[in-house]
Amino acid sequence: MIVNDQKLPDLPPPASTTGVVGWLRTNLFSTPFYTLLTLVTLYVLYVTLVPAIQWAFIDADWLGDSRDACTSGGACWVFITARLDQFLYGFYPESEHWRVNTLYLMLVILIGALVWEKTPKKGWIAAFTLIIFPVIAYFLLVGGSFGLEHVETHKWGGLMLTLVLACVGIVASLPFGILLALGRRSHMPVVKSFCTVFIEVWRGVPLITVLFMASVMLPLFVSAEIEFDKLLRALIGITLFQSAYMAEVIRGGLQAIPKGQYEAADALGLSYWKKMGLIILPQALKIMIPGIVNTFIALFKDTSLVLIIGLFDLLAIVQAALADPKWLGYSVEGYVFVAFAFWVFCFGMSRYSQHLERKLHTGHGAR
Amino acid sequence: MPSDLKPGVAPSSKPKFWNDPDKRALLFQVLMVLTVVGFIGYLVNNALTNLEQRGITTGFAFLGQTSGFDILLSLVEYDSTHTFGTTFVVGLLNTLLVSALGIILATLIGFVMGVARLSNNWLIGKVAAAYIEIFRNIPLLLQIFFWYFAVLRALPAPRQSIEFGSAFLNVRGLYLPSPVFESGFGLVTIAIGIAIAAVIVLTRWNKKRQDATGQRFPVLWTSLAILFGLPLLAFLVAGMPMSLDYPALQGFNFRGGMTIIPELLALLFALSIYTGAFIAEIVRSGIEAVNKGQTEAASALGLPKGKTLRLVVIPQAMRVIIPPLTSQYLNLAKNSSLATAIGYPDLVSVFMGTTLNQTGQAIEIIFMTMAVYLLISLSVSTLMNWYNKRMALVER
Repeated sequence: MIVNDQKLPDLPPPASTTGVVGWLRTNLFSTPFYTLLTLVTLYVLYVTLVPAIQWAFIDADWLGDSRDACTSGGACWVFITARLDQFLYGFYPESEHWRVNTLYLMLVILIGALVWEKTPKKGWIAAFTLIIFPVIAYFLLVGGSFGLEHVETHKWGGLMLTLVLACVGIVASLPFGILLALGRRSHMPVVKSFCTVFIEVWRGVPLITVLFMASVMLPLFVSAEIEFDKLLRALIGITLFQSAYMAEVIRGGLQAIPKGQYEAADALGLSYWKKMGLIILPQALKIMIPGIVNTFIALFKDTSLVLIIGLFDLLAIVQAALADPKWLGYSVEGYVFVAFAFWVFCFGMSRYSQHLERKLHTGHGAR
Repeated sequence: MPSDLKPGVAPSSKPKFWNDPDKRALLFQVLMVLTVVGFIGYLVNNALTNLEQRGITTGFAFLGQTSGFDILLSLVEYDSTHTFGTTFVVGLLNTLLVSALGIILATLIGFVMGVARLSNNWLIGKVAAAYIEIFRNIPLLLQIFFWYFAVLRALPAPRQSIEFGSAFLNVRGLYLPSPVFESGFGLVTIAIGIAIAAVIVLTRWNKKRQDATGQRFPVLWTSLAILFGLPLLAFLVAGMPMSLDYPALQGFNFRGGMTIIPELLALLFALSIYTGAFIAEIVRSGIEAVNKGQTEAASALGLPKGKTLRLVVIPQAMRVIIPPLTSQYLNLAKNSSLATAIGYPDLVSVFMGTTLNQTGQAIEIIFMTMAVYLLISLSVSTLMNWYNKRMALVER
């Protein structure tokens, strides 16, 4: 009798559960219903994506300076490339483009330094970005001093105006937001109710009505001698609106700080402003960064509404270019370009904020 | 004061009043009230002088004046001889119309995409993720423009309409057959009322019986049968008192049926697709927030998959989903004000736009418009707070 007292070698898993076939079976064709769903989706994707890629890349025309260059029957990106200067700088004089470029470059470097995790002295860089950089940007863009030519704001436009609106909106609303949030959590009934009403009113109305209000009603509210230009009115409207949203984000951050921190600061005999400035806000602001980035994304998208009050941000300038008789009929190209520009910014920022959330979430959660 | 700190010695003097937190708070608040009142007084004063200088009348008398302009779409009777007051109502109803339709569509899209995002099917998950990431990162206004100018405005003229059965789509809008109610349709309406009442009674009875005996009654299917069966029966008994009015091409345009204007379609598409992407993320995070142990406990109790989802996962997920979902609904209602960019006659467009241009009474009009949105927001959030309190986890 033969007895095998050795352990038999393990058989490999069935071929249908490993490798490409196994992956396909578990992820795409696990049940008849899923198989059907997969096939239908594949068909729909084939029908839509293939012509789209054909249109956008294979049959597209890229270079040229008039619509005669578009002969291949696909997308006419010439419309974008020929007008790219206008889309990036608006009607800013061409000889002064270097000023905008300098700011673009500075912004990229500063943001890069802030996002990169190993940068030393991040606090100082952040302070520079929030306080000194806007001042530099103001003098560079407006001009009129330091031997720079004065450029009126009605010549501003395109991506540059979009960035100006969004950045000013977020930077200016930060201090107001902090004050409003502190006020809403205050024990003084008058302060508390005032801040609550202020926040809820701005959060309850659409941005369009705020912009309308800023552009139509603001001139009525100040004495007739003071002239507001259109951009400044829009900025005031956006800042009022945004500071209410910012206040709610900051309130969320303040509530997340353990009560012990407040009590410890009180026990040390710190005054209210020292307690907030030295103990609470530094901790709260750090955990609020994802929330602030999220409101920035919302604001960035909302800046496109200024076209309704007659400012030429990126969307408005492309919309105006579409009405040019020389380029009629390229609306899809125009919209795809703007959509792509906004999408790159917003998607990048949302990824960053998700990354931060994951980093800050140091594992007390349910999962 | 160091002398106060000596052991056994009671503080001899009261603190100076600016060191007393209560008095300081009082002083601070009085100052704040004075500043705010002063600031508002300054604004009002300026506004009055400016209005006088420009010769603009004040007050709400303009609401009674004849408007003198037509509106593209109106749910109540309206033409250019009606007053600005009616214009306000028409605009408000149009805002509510597009918001209500948008909320229904966005919820459908959002729930389907949110569940699809969590699907075990890799391809479906990726497609849903792509939808979410693409559409929520593109400004809504751009999406509205895209649907309106690049899609609907590029449709063929009425003679070359795209046909779907008896519906037609062309550059002037979507033409659908409309129902015409004849006499005797009242019976069907009554039947619908009875059916709804019956379903409510049935649900209550079932809950009571289940609490008492543990037995369940197939409420869902019975309810559906009642809801559809009873009106259908009444419809047949009354001799089918309804017919359809089909749109037909006459000359250069369609006549008959009902028309959905392209402005409404574009706004509806853009709003529901944009908001749907946000709702999908909310639904996904809501479902993911339900602890895995809950599903496992349910299957350990022997509940089948469908019941696990219906009785265990969804009720708990809803608790997480509902608050952000409401704020998305409010966002949608507020975002419907972008209608003004493509000329859909919503409140902002006809009231804050046209009426403001005609009367020049900016303060009253902007105040009224903002008040409407504020009222909608506040009433919905009050309702939500009440609901939240009812749904909140009762912790022991």
